[in-house]
Amino acid sequence: MPLLHAIQDDLGYVPEGSYPSIAKALNLSVAEVHGVVTFYHHFRTHAPGRHILQICRAESCQAMGSEALEAHVKKTLGVDYHETTKDGAITLEAVYCLGNCACSPSIMIDEQVCGRVDTVRINEIIAEAKGA
Amino acid sequence: MTTIVYVPRDSSALSLGAHQVAKNVQAEAAKRGLDVKVVRNGSRGMFWLETMVEVVTPKGRVAYGPVMPKDVSSLFDADFINAGAHPLNLGLTDEIEWLKKQERLTFARVGITDPVSVEDYLAHDGYQGLKNALKLSAADIVKEVTDSGLRGRGGAAFPTGIKWNTVLNAPADQKYIVCNADEGDSGTYSDRMIMEGDPLVLVEGMTIAGLAVGANQGYIYLRSEYPDALVTLNEAIANAYKAGYLGANICGSGKQFDLEVRRAAGAYVCGEETSLLESLEGKRGIVRFKPPLPAIEGLFGKPTVVNNVISLATVPIVLDKGGKYYQDFGMGRSRGTLPIQLAGNVKQCGLVEKAFGVTLRELLYDFGGGSASGKPIRAVQVGGPLGSYLPESQFDTPLDYEKFTEIWAVLGHGGIVAFDESVDMAKMARYAFEFCAIESCGKCTPCRIGSTRGVEVMDKIIEGKDHAKNMELVRDLSDTMLNGSLCALGGMTPYPVLSAINHFPEDFGLKKGQVA
Repeated sequence: MPLLHAIQDDLGYVPEGSYPSIAKALNLSVAEVHGVVTFYHHFRTHAPGRHILQICRAESCQAMGSEALEAHVKKTLGVDYHETTKDGAITLEAVYCLGNCACSPSIMIDEQVCGRVDTVRINEIIAEAKGA
Repeated sequence: MTTIVYVPRDSSALSLGAHQVAKNVQAEAAKRGLDVKVVRNGSRGMFWLETMVEVVTPKGRVAYGPVMPKDVSSLFDADFINAGAHPLNLGLTDEIEWLKKQERLTFARVGITDPVSVEDYLAHDGYQGLKNALKLSAADIVKEVTDSGLRGRGGAAFPTGIKWNTVLNAPADQKYIVCNADEGDSGTYSDRMIMEGDPLVLVEGMTIAGLAVGANQGYIYLRSEYPDALVTLNEAIANAYKAGYLGANICGSGKQFDLEVRRAAGAYVCGEETSLLESLEGKRGIVRFKPPLPAIEGLFGKPTVVNNVISLATVPIVLDKGGKYYQDFGMGRSRGTLPIQLAGNVKQCGLVEKAFGVTLRELLYDFGGGSASGKPIRAVQVGGPLGSYLPESQFDTPLDYEKFTEIWAVLGHGGIVAFDESVDMAKMARYAFEFCAIESCGKCTPCRIGSTRGVEVMDKIIEGKDHAKNMELVRDLSDTMLNGSLCALGGMTPYPVLSAINHFPEDFGLKKGQVA
């Protein structure tokens, strides 16, 4: 796992082409490496957009209107979860709790959590991500 | 004279702009030629007041909040470094009612100290527990923890002392202490607050656990959704090594304890202890059969203590003040205090540490101030996504493990999520199945298949298709999952589902009071 994290931290994903070398180094089969990579939601096997936007779908955020926020973001970006915008700027992901439940609804842009996010705030975040 | 200003580095405060507030404070101070030192502390847990800035005055710490980055210059204009009057002035922090009404034992230092400073930790009674533990035999440390009545705060509430005793008595050449920091339950953030606000108390607790059972290696399994906690923990651990509180010779005692943080990768099921161990071993996080218990055959097949962050972070105060002191708080068989987290549709969300026995109503209204939307609170879910939904008629239930069991609910990790009257409980029941389907490890059939079938059945109920038949089916399916699942994920998904049906039948196309 520390190895997979290191690869994803560097490249943004764990390419399938790296499985044989990982397997050899750790004395595992390629199938076992594939199994681990695909078990965990955090690891992805394809290159993401320049930024990753995660929207919390858990109960606390639902209680504060995250469903409307999800719908707004999907419409604005024109993508569903696990998809990347056409300009390659943003990959949209769902997340189940960011531990920011006292400030719901929450989103995470790359490694920055944002709390009490409304449509105005999310539009700013999206605009900033698209520009950068 | 240097004025000290505290600006939290807690990630909830950061989510509201605390970094920018800290930068602005520094910039304004420099611009005005004032001698100000900014210290990044944890959060006091009053999140409706974040970012809460505190300034040290001769009378004590004075709080200002909620401070937005744009407010900083007006704070300086109002001479806030000398406790000047300002609309955001909250008075002395210690006099804030919300904090005064609490019994903070585990959270004694959170929000007060610089989380990564060993010096500050020592100045606030840190490492007193370890000092005492180093004078005791392993069995006596375990006895103190057993006497305290401390039960696992992760949710299962298993007596910590008994678990430790099993590991102590398991002969092995290598033992491990594993901290479960995979806090995945919605509505919970107390582990995160400890790791970001007072990580050294966790380090100390794990060190004591190592001495108690004869383990010299510890791992903190930290969820990947907490990047800020990772940074704080690693800084604190590095500082503890430098100060001689970790490593080959702890405080010159000749005893060894090493500690490392391992990042998880976003699998809810890895909060279950056996799948957590699989994951730590680098495998897919598939649940193991029990027995053997992890206390006998845990990490890499060796005897292992697996405890939640809060359980381990509570150990230092038990060893410092004694098991009896801790045991004197609480009610019935629930001893000590519980860090409760208010979340969802609540006006004043935050962390409340209270002795067991406080009621939901006191928490929701006296502390929480009612709903954020101003509408009546209709339902609360206690204990994460696998906890029951409770209606208003049960809000007088005291927080106590056994009292909650009596009403077919769980306290879990102490998270309380409130919903106002706009909630559709049938949708919440559907979501419970959906969540289980997404997060199931796939080992046992009731959880793997049952959750997906559950979503389908709920869809039919919501559409009104073959209503009576499908209501019967959802109960039958829940029964299978309750009794046939390998771990709590499948085994407890029926809690939110059935409690929603039982307490809110009108949302499921039934008459109020009707039992399907």
